[in-house]
Amino acid sequence: MLHAKPDLMPETAPTLRTHFEMAGHTLEPLAAGALYWQAEDTLLVADLHLEKGAAFAALGMLLPPYDTRSTLSRLGKIIAAVDPARVIALGDSFHRSECADHLVADDLASLTDLQKGRDWYWICGNHDPHLPGSIGGTVCATLTLSGVTLRHEPSDDASGPEIVGHLHPVARIARRGAVIRRRCFATDGNRLVMPAFGAYAGGLNVLHEAFQPLFRWHRLEAWMMGRHAVYPVLGSLLIPD
Amino acid sequence: MGARRKLAIEEQDVAPSRASLPEPFAGWFAGRGWHPRAHQLALLDTVTAGRDALLIAPTGGGKTLAGFLPSLIDLAAQPPKRSPARSIHTLYVSPLKALATDIARNLTAPVAEMGLPIQLETRTGDTPQSRRARQRVLPPDILLTTPEQIALMLSHKSAEELFGQLKCVILDELHALATSKRGDLLALDLARLRTLSPELTAIGLSATVARPFELAAFLVPHKGQAATRLAEIVTAEGGIKADITILKSNADLPWAGHSARYALPEMYEAIKAHNMSLMFVNTRSQAEMLFHELWRYNDDNLPIALHHGSLDVGQRRKVEAAMVAGKLRAVVCTSTLDLGIDWGDVDLVINVGAPKGASRLSQRIGRANHRLDEPSKALLVPANRFEVMECQAALEAAAEGAQDTPPSRPGALDVLAQHILGMACAEPFDSDRLYREVVSAAPYQGLTREGFDQVLAFVATGGYALSNYERYAKLKKTKEGTHRVAHPRLAQAYRLNVGTIVEAPMLRVRLARLKGSGKTSGMVAGGRVLGEVEEYFIEQLAPGDTFVFAGEVLRFEGLREMDAIVTRAHATDPKVPAYEGGKFPLSTYLADRVRHMLAQRGAWSKLPEQVSDWLRIQADFSVVPSADEMLIETFPRGQRHYFVCYPFEGRLAHQSLGMLLTRRLERAHAAPLGFVANEYALAIWGLNDMSAMIREGRLELAQLFDEDMLGDDLDAWLAESNLMKRSFRVCAIISGLIERRHPGQEKTGRQMTVSSDLIYDVLRQHEPDHILLKAAFADAATGLIDLGRLGQFLKRIGGRIRHSALSHVSPLAVPVMLEIGRESVPSDVGDALLRETAEELIAEAMGEHAAR
Repeated sequence: MLHAKPDLMPETAPTLRTHFEMAGHTLEPLAAGALYWQAEDTLLVADLHLEKGAAFAALGMLLPPYDTRSTLSRLGKIIAAVDPARVIALGDSFHRSECADHLVADDLASLTDLQKGRDWYWICGNHDPHLPGSIGGTVCATLTLSGVTLRHEPSDDASGPEIVGHLHPVARIARRGAVIRRRCFATDGNRLVMPAFGAYAGGLNVLHEAFQPLFRWHRLEAWMMGRHAVYPVLGSLLIPD
Repeated sequence: MGARRKLAIEEQDVAPSRASLPEPFAGWFAGRGWHPRAHQLALLDTVTAGRDALLIAPTGGGKTLAGFLPSLIDLAAQPPKRSPARSIHTLYVSPLKALATDIARNLTAPVAEMGLPIQLETRTGDTPQSRRARQRVLPPDILLTTPEQIALMLSHKSAEELFGQLKCVILDELHALATSKRGDLLALDLARLRTLSPELTAIGLSATVARPFELAAFLVPHKGQAATRLAEIVTAEGGIKADITILKSNADLPWAGHSARYALPEMYEAIKAHNMSLMFVNTRSQAEMLFHELWRYNDDNLPIALHHGSLDVGQRRKVEAAMVAGKLRAVVCTSTLDLGIDWGDVDLVINVGAPKGASRLSQRIGRANHRLDEPSKALLVPANRFEVMECQAALEAAAEGAQDTPPSRPGALDVLAQHILGMACAEPFDSDRLYREVVSAAPYQGLTREGFDQVLAFVATGGYALSNYERYAKLKKTKEGTHRVAHPRLAQAYRLNVGTIVEAPMLRVRLARLKGSGKTSGMVAGGRVLGEVEEYFIEQLAPGDTFVFAGEVLRFEGLREMDAIVTRAHATDPKVPAYEGGKFPLSTYLADRVRHMLAQRGAWSKLPEQVSDWLRIQADFSVVPSADEMLIETFPRGQRHYFVCYPFEGRLAHQSLGMLLTRRLERAHAAPLGFVANEYALAIWGLNDMSAMIREGRLELAQLFDEDMLGDDLDAWLAESNLMKRSFRVCAIISGLIERRHPGQEKTGRQMTVSSDLIYDVLRQHEPDHILLKAAFADAATGLIDLGRLGQFLKRIGGRIRHSALSHVSPLAVPVMLEIGRESVPSDVGDALLRETAEELIAEAMGEHAAR
């Protein structure tokens, strides 16, 4: 049994916010890095990068081959807890399109299992433009849900609300002599960039120029992933790498 | 024990059978008015008889010449060669490339003066590629090099011919190499050299060590966990005992800290009274601080320089040249100047701060005065009250000649993985034969065949239980059943990765050149590089923070690729570079002496009055523990309740203990909030009254410190520990799982890397018994988390805990209490800080609403 870290805050601390609003919808970021949209009973994840280990092995770096099952088992735990009617993966679900057809039998079985009894959508990303039928679900380029566009890469014009992946945002804050860098949900209320979910997926600081055109910066919040909760941090408190 | 008994090494008093040297050596010695020293002749006898030998001699004892004499005499006696030799005759290995170069220079003179037909050359990382290639085909008689270069040479097919006639291997400063990963690599290479040239003789040269037998065992081949032959230990007559004093000052002795600022006037006077002083400190940040402070004090503008491993190489070379030329009066340095290079006429060693270990101190003191007939002179400068006791303990140990060098330990598996790949690069190998060769190396004598096969499988396919990487295997089996590398590019990768020194990722510290002026100025990266600093240190900085580096106060402006861009700042209270770089643990031996000193009231009179007063007040107010007890004090202060214990096991072990104890105190509902550790004590604070909890039996101290702490609690902590992740990264690089970052390839490299932290998490979750995790754990247990020591400590204090419940803080607790706030928060409490940040915002937001 894993015991929780000593919690440095007194028990009387005010309750944290657990939801944020986007274009009138209430969305719940989960500590494990997925987003639950209760009104739609939909779970969103981004950048699973399944089979990244195998892709590296082909290049001569024999990384532990357990990244796929690690990612799937974390996803499985969330799905078991939330039991959503619909799961949408926002692209780069596989590190390479070709890898999707070579899943180890166990991993394919657990993926198939996760899809049982719910709708499953794969949005294509730059890493996985062509996904095979063997992995189940529906493959598509973009989706729209109650007026919110779901896609892999952020669009150039930010007219309508959208939820995207691709950039692997992480946020960094300095506090009491310690610096903390965590994956995060980055949102200004109109656009949301999801954290990467994959076990071997790296991260890019939200203050990197790639994020520059995406947000109304005075409205930016980074929901940083803790061990048991997601913590909203004001954009003005973030520091670059 | 069995191994040691069978290893019948004779430690004999030097009684050489020969009275003199052959010509032209005898004449050359006589021409200088020198007599060959007894140990030089004894070593010559031993090696001529074909036996391996360990020479233990103080610096200045003609140790290096003694090591080379047998080879020089043998080479001089050889008939003139008709064609150039294709094999090296003697290989000299040094831990420092500068030392190899220095020795080559010193050896060239006698060889030339005696007109010996001997070629000698160096080979280091700085040797041009063309010469290295030539050396593989047309080698010199004597090659002076480093362990990494030997590994490189052995990874070529040409190794067979290059070392086929090798007669002698000289391992210099063996004490500094043997119990490290570089030593493991060297031992494996020595085993391979013996396979290539079974007749070779190994000579080890060493400073005085605690266990000469273990070091001698390093030199000889092993079989069935026992040495197969004898190595002779030759001990040179000792020099004159060093003249060591502890600095006396009338200023207030600091309670905590490491700067020794209070003693600046006395240190400055000592520098003025000597020609050339070496000032040793324990960390780079202390070196920076001391240098900075000395210059603020330096009214006479004495030439005082700074030397540490992070400074730009050009800068270091300049300081070294100035030392040799006698142009400096003092150099503030870290362990970079610990080892045997002769840096001119040093006549005083000043050790600032804690000595940390008796052997370390005696080696440092040996840097002063290289003449045997005069004592080395040293001044110890304790930086705080506990360090006064540590200095006194080290001084007494030096007077007794006591040593505390680390014991030998099993060879590291990540190093073995690297070696196996290297052997496959040279030529296909038979696994049975390679196994026999590997276990003939002293550190690997206990390696089982199963263990070896696991490492072999790791090299070939990653060695994972889920074996779906067969098609990507790095080693393939040939028809003959031998193992070969799957692709020539793997050999290239191996050669880039060779070696066991994994620097923490470094960033260049570069001065910004300012463009334009005033508020609108834009920064242009392109100024001078001042040196390098660990990436993790820069990661702890926010733009605008100031720190001392290269003797200047700098302001961190931001990162640009691999450069930390800085500007000169005029802050007077800079944030100093992190304490960590080059930190040594307090040796168990010295800690034990300090505990005894503390326990014996009679011994306090040897200490300065301020210190003995401090201890007397402690004895009156609380308790001074006896040598075998551990004291725990609990007391309230402010809104908090404190729990301070005094294990004396060094900071690393205390930090681990702090992590584990807070978990247990949390479960016991003591509501711990944080902790801080120094070399001697650990302080934990919390919300609940721990004095009352102990009194009422709600907190059982024996249970709290039970050895089972190293079970589940440890496991749970290690799952998240950054220290384990750092150890893992080192093992992953040495073993070749991930590649080193090389300068210039960072940009492209970023896409081709997976963070070793992520790999650690996945591997730990799915294959916790994988050998790479075992290797990382073995490293961390003796290094960053120092579990070995923690385990011994828990055993030692079982049933010997003494508790003292107090109304307020005790004198003994003050030093560690002063570390609170000075120390950064342990990195594992990230979640708490996140929550705090988020909640502060809430409070702020609520406040705003209320105001409206």
